[in-house]
Amino acid sequence: MRAVPLVAALLLILAVAAGSGREATAAPVRDEDVLAVASQLRCVVCQNLSVADSPSEMAQQMRGLIRERLASGDRPEQVMDYFVQRYGEWVLLAPPARGLNLLLWLAPFGAVVAGLAMVLMLSRRWRRRPAPLESAPTPAVGPAERERLAAELERLGD
Amino acid sequence: MKVRARWLIPLAALPLVGLLAYGFRTDPRAVPSPLVGRPAPDFELTAFDGKALSLQGYRGKVLVLNFWASWCYPACYEEAPVLEDAWRRSGGQGVVVLGVAIQDKEPASKEFIQRFGLTFPNAPDPDGKVSIDYGVYGVPETFVIDRRGMIRRKHVGAVTEAVFREWVEPLLRESAASGGARPVPGVADRPDDRRPQAS
Repeated sequence: MRAVPLVAALLLILAVAAGSGREATAAPVRDEDVLAVASQLRCVVCQNLSVADSPSEMAQQMRGLIRERLASGDRPEQVMDYFVQRYGEWVLLAPPARGLNLLLWLAPFGAVVAGLAMVLMLSRRWRRRPAPLESAPTPAVGPAERERLAAELERLGD
Repeated sequence: MKVRARWLIPLAALPLVGLLAYGFRTDPRAVPSPLVGRPAPDFELTAFDGKALSLQGYRGKVLVLNFWASWCYPACYEEAPVLEDAWRRSGGQGVVVLGVAIQDKEPASKEFIQRFGLTFPNAPDPDGKVSIDYGVYGVPETFVIDRRGMIRRKHVGAVTEAVFREWVEPLLRESAASGGARPVPGVADRPDDRRPQAS
């Protein structure tokens, strides 16, 4: 008899748990998916921060919008497109590799190649230069210096 | 060979210096909007006084859509009287002004409206949807939308009388010369679009 309220309470807890569980699955967009898109977008009110990293209200609203669009069935690329149409390619943290942007993508590799070529050229030139002599010829002391040295030594002796 | 090498290094650095000189002189916040020349995104807002506002309701008029915030000092404080003045001068005919308070607290926005005695419609954008739809990245930003619902100009920073003279008033004449507003295909097909425009 006393078990009845206990069972009822258990059932209630289970029901609440099931209810909250259903609520969680009703929002099928995972945080990771939202952040995956947000981390590729520039926070428009910051400098050099992604929408994922910025604590600003605008970035927060953008994350909300990304979640909403993903929930409505948009693919991540479509969500990115939505932002590009409004903010331009500027909003992408990684500019697409085409057109003039290719320069941006290839320049670092070009710089590495140029640097390597320079190191190679210099090292070859340095190796070609003769090693310094074991005993470098000491500068010759002329008679004038010899005389002056003697005179000064003599003055010190006084 | 040696002489050439000596000049080669500064010569190679020259384009880089040029690029930096150009880059550092541009404002990192002044980003051209891809929306200029395109149909204005539709919006639905509820004004602070409860009135429903939408882009459709502004068809046939030159709309000055201004995004502001009460914490945006001094630019928003400078432009508020200019906007109000323009609104009063047109009397809701021809040029209309609509303010959208973004990233703001409602009491603060209302205080701002009261402080400047703004009589043109103003609405909050609580989830930022309208401002993101318009690619807004700061306040104040102002869009000039022509009678056909096309964005013709985006102005970043405080709106001045000169902005109205140069970018808003010509749109009034232009539309009148072409014999009234023509609806944008697929965007609006409302009967009042065909009504000849006054003024």
